[in-house]
Amino acid sequence: MSVIEVNHLTKYYGKARGIIDVSFHVDEGEIFGFIGPNGAGKSTTIRLLLSLIYPTSGSGTIFGKDCIKYGPELRQEIGYLPSEVFYYERMKVIDLLRYSASFYDKDCTQRLQELAELMELELHRRIEDLSYGNKKKVGIVQGLLHQPKLLFLDEPTAGLDPLMQRKFFQLIREENQRGVTVFFSSHILGEVQRLCNRVGIIKEGRIIEIADIRTLQQNNYKKVRVAADDLDAAYFDLPGVTNLERHDGTVRFFYKGDINAVMHKIGEITVSDVTIEEPTLEEIFMHYYE
Amino acid sequence: MSMNIFKQEFKMNLRSVITWSVAVAVLILVFVSLFSSFAQDAELLNEMMAKFPEQLLTAFGLNGVNLATVLGYFGFVFLFAQICLAIQAANYGFSLVSIEEREWTADFLLAKPVGRIQILTSKLLAALSGLTITNIVVWISSFGFINLFRGDRTYEAKPLLLLLLSIVVFQLFFLSVGLVVSLLVKRIRNVTPYSMALGFGMYVLSVFGDMLGESILEKITPFKHFDPNYIIQHGAYDLPLVLISASVIVISLVGSYLLYTRRDIPAVV
Repeated sequence: MSVIEVNHLTKYYGKARGIIDVSFHVDEGEIFGFIGPNGAGKSTTIRLLLSLIYPTSGSGTIFGKDCIKYGPELRQEIGYLPSEVFYYERMKVIDLLRYSASFYDKDCTQRLQELAELMELELHRRIEDLSYGNKKKVGIVQGLLHQPKLLFLDEPTAGLDPLMQRKFFQLIREENQRGVTVFFSSHILGEVQRLCNRVGIIKEGRIIEIADIRTLQQNNYKKVRVAADDLDAAYFDLPGVTNLERHDGTVRFFYKGDINAVMHKIGEITVSDVTIEEPTLEEIFMHYYE
Repeated sequence: MSMNIFKQEFKMNLRSVITWSVAVAVLILVFVSLFSSFAQDAELLNEMMAKFPEQLLTAFGLNGVNLATVLGYFGFVFLFAQICLAIQAANYGFSLVSIEEREWTADFLLAKPVGRIQILTSKLLAALSGLTITNIVVWISSFGFINLFRGDRTYEAKPLLLLLLSIVVFQLFFLSVGLVVSLLVKRIRNVTPYSMALGFGMYVLSVFGDMLGESILEKITPFKHFDPNYIIQHGAYDLPLVLISASVIVISLVGSYLLYTRRDIPAVV
């Protein structure tokens, strides 16, 4: 079952482009990565689905219901962590979290305490006294305390230190294992790669690829590195080879095509070291953005 | 309406409500306490005022006013209270929704399971409750200080009651107009210039209207719709003008709901 269905969603801010004809779906229980550089339309898509803004055309459904018409009802089961977190500055953390909890039909007290402990939040500090990273932690707790079935995370790791990032990822994985569907927007590919099953790539407001992380990596370039004495880069100048370069006796290139062709070439010379790897999402991504 | 939003909004606004209430109460206290000395030299005062150019008297709302009577004097005081009330109500109107967008907290609130109509209603009622507190303070301090300082002079209760009853409509006017204007513009960076402009602007319009004898200006400004001197002299409202105020309130509120439910909430870029 699709938890999110987006159909030809288009948003213009006056004349400025938001997103154009975006369609995709997110299945129940998956972690869907949404990647693209800043300004590509990631936040616009999320904010449309939360009906913070209204589409120019097209529509979106969540749990099978129109996201605008049934917005308030749907948001009972949605958690949202915005890319920039801002809360009522004068409030204490605990008061803000209680206020947040007061919107939901269930009792969130216990989960609130658990999450605050996990995130090492100081509950009695005022929001205005918190660092950006700590505000982000408030955002995480605030987005998860009602145990939502769907999570929108908009560049969630910005401002978190590496240790907290790990805890956060662990938390998201646990939520996911409980059946929570996650929509994860990011421009940091490493984290998407670590966490997501499928990704959508958005560029200048349009979806340019939706694929399994696995297939994306497999059907793509191989990253080859060969170390040998007196090796000329031109030796590997085969059809399908790109980004060929030589540096310190090591030749590196990307290759797409029958891997045997490269294996033959390598077999004919004496090498000191060879690695053939799948490219990181980062490298694939750069390819899309060329 | 959502009780939790109402409580939250009311709490966040309380400090401002208390400040305004105290300020208006002190203003009434100071002016009314001077009444007995004014009244003692009333003859002299009235004579002196008769010599002032009419325009000057009009500018201060003193034309045809007998400062020697309790209500004549209080009507003059009430005008200053009205200016404060106008700025306060306009302040709440302008910031009601815009503050969330200025401080980027709208994303938090609007991602909660609650509709925009409910949000706006809760916020409006919270602001109105704050204004009502100030309103009650004005009632208490008006009656209290008048009776404390009137000496042995008497006054009619009815015009005073009418004057005080007009406050709620007066406040609603500035609250709702402020709100609808805040939704018509893209972004309000600072509320104070807007509320000062609306509050003082309307006052100035009413003064100019008097000085120039322009009746068109009277139609616009609630300072004319609820002119203290008129209410005290006639012991009644100028009903057609009051109805203009009421219509502006209704139109502004309906407009605000329409605009807010269709509004794109700006995001940090």
